[in-house]
Amino acid sequence: MSYIFLYALVGMGLFTLGLYALIIHAHLLRKILAINIMGSGVFLVLVALAARTEGAAPDPVPHAMVITGIVVAVSATALALALMLRVRSETGRAELDEEPLSKFDD
Amino acid sequence: MIEMHWVVIVILLPLTGAVVCFLWPRQTVVSGLITAVGLFASVLGLTWQVLEQGALRYAVGGWGAPLGIDLYVDGLSLLMLIVTAVVGLAISVYSSAYFRLDRAKHFWPLWLFLWAALNALFLSADIFNIYVTLELMGLAAVALVALSGGANALTAAMRYLLVSLLGSLFYLMGVALLYHSYGSVDIAILSQRVESSPAVWVAIGLMVAGLLLKTALFPLHFWLPPAHSSAPAPVSALLSALVVKASFYILLRLWLEVFPLTNTVPGQFALGQFGLAQILGLLGAAAVLWGGIQALRQTRLKLLVAYSTVLQIGYLFLAFPLASIIGWKAALYLLLAHAVAKTAMFMAAGNILFYGGHDRIADLDRVAQRLPLTLSAFGLAGISLMGLPPSGGFIAKWLLLEAAIRSGQWWWGLMLIVGGLLTGAYVFKVIGYAFTRSDLPHEPGFVPKRMEWVALVMALLAIVLGLFAPLPLALLEIGSPFGESLR
Repeated sequence: MSYIFLYALVGMGLFTLGLYALIIHAHLLRKILAINIMGSGVFLVLVALAARTEGAAPDPVPHAMVITGIVVAVSATALALALMLRVRSETGRAELDEEPLSKFDD
Repeated sequence: MIEMHWVVIVILLPLTGAVVCFLWPRQTVVSGLITAVGLFASVLGLTWQVLEQGALRYAVGGWGAPLGIDLYVDGLSLLMLIVTAVVGLAISVYSSAYFRLDRAKHFWPLWLFLWAALNALFLSADIFNIYVTLELMGLAAVALVALSGGANALTAAMRYLLVSLLGSLFYLMGVALLYHSYGSVDIAILSQRVESSPAVWVAIGLMVAGLLLKTALFPLHFWLPPAHSSAPAPVSALLSALVVKASFYILLRLWLEVFPLTNTVPGQFALGQFGLAQILGLLGAAAVLWGGIQALRQTRLKLLVAYSTVLQIGYLFLAFPLASIIGWKAALYLLLAHAVAKTAMFMAAGNILFYGGHDRIADLDRVAQRLPLTLSAFGLAGISLMGLPPSGGFIAKWLLLEAAIRSGQWWWGLMLIVGGLLTGAYVFKVIGYAFTRSDLPHEPGFVPKRMEWVALVMALLAIVLGLFAPLPLALLEIGSPFGESLR
């Protein structure tokens, strides 16, 4: 029970760490990395909690979910990186505006 | 006669259509329109099938619930499918005139992928499948926002993508915890097994937070106005009408089926869910106020319409503290009426943008005389959003008011009146400027007739919805998604 919980707790820790990084960093690449770390945290929780009973073989269903999740994460990251490059080529920097709506007011 | 599996067709048809549109870009508009019409017909087929046979469950590939993927359709999912089909067909017709070929070849595949994701989401019977479809929908929606290019649209799309991924990850963490506790992701199985425990409460908190972020309930709405206003008009319409409603649908589904925990001490969980419902209601009320005030303050037409969506989303959450069947029905009718009216309104805004080359409200130059159809569409859609009789919005608000009074919480009803007044104020602000000559008169740009007519048809539909209210309300009863205990 204990080491499984350790993995799950590490997963939760990664999730929180990623959330923190997503909020404090302005650069888009760091934000995209932060999202990926959050995703890895969730996947770690899923894999760790697959061992539902001590000693028995782990449940394969969460593993299948993690594989699906990784596919989703890869495509999302690809889209995010492509968008980041476009944002950089349009605005000259890979950051979001501080004032989201300022540009809309004339 | 061979039985048609419409449930599968409504997912596979748009997927196939999207690939065809992508592979043969020259014929993309024609293939897209054919797919849209076919999809509309398929949803009608599914409706007929469900009316005949009641709620349906379909095991994809013959693999049933614990291991395989189940599709499930009851009154609630069917209503969402129909809303998507009606709005989707209108947007398809509008877009066939709106985009030039260089944009159209990107628009159509993405839009059909989005449509497939929406249909799959409404048909999903398990919470993990919902996660996958949620991500599919999010990625397609983000790409559509980025379609118009330019710094504003790209920044808005980037912010939207980050928000969307963050919301999905919160949701997925909730799925992980629920699966660990109960060994299933099937909604029907979970609804029998879920009990009150710390893990479940954390899961509920994470999932609700993630979905609220995606639904853009105040104060998590910050990403919506830039994303919805900088996208091309048909995209804004489908984001406001359909995409934010999809995450609301998930929240509602979970709220009705998974979250009412079984075998708890009476009163214990009831108190927890009661508290959460009150918080959601309060946030909804705040969204009505904030969305209305912000809409009034906008100088750009599309931003005004986007803030109006923030307001209308607030209404949907007023049903949570009421917790009665009539309240849920009112919320869903509001969802339907808003989807149709907001589509018309964004289309009208798109036409005005096409005609004047800008959407500064104060510089609207005699739109009423030059684009009478468009302005009528805007006004009629506004009537439904305000909730004046006989529109669809009126029926929805009437039901919501009735639910509020019946449950003894009349103060939620006050928000309907406040929201209606604010809506009236911002709609008339636009209409007022549309009649006058602006300081910078200009020649009108060409607006294709098709775009004007589609906007008007949708606006008329929003009004007519008030006259045919019993039909969709009866549809919602199929498979009794709202349960019996609440009666």
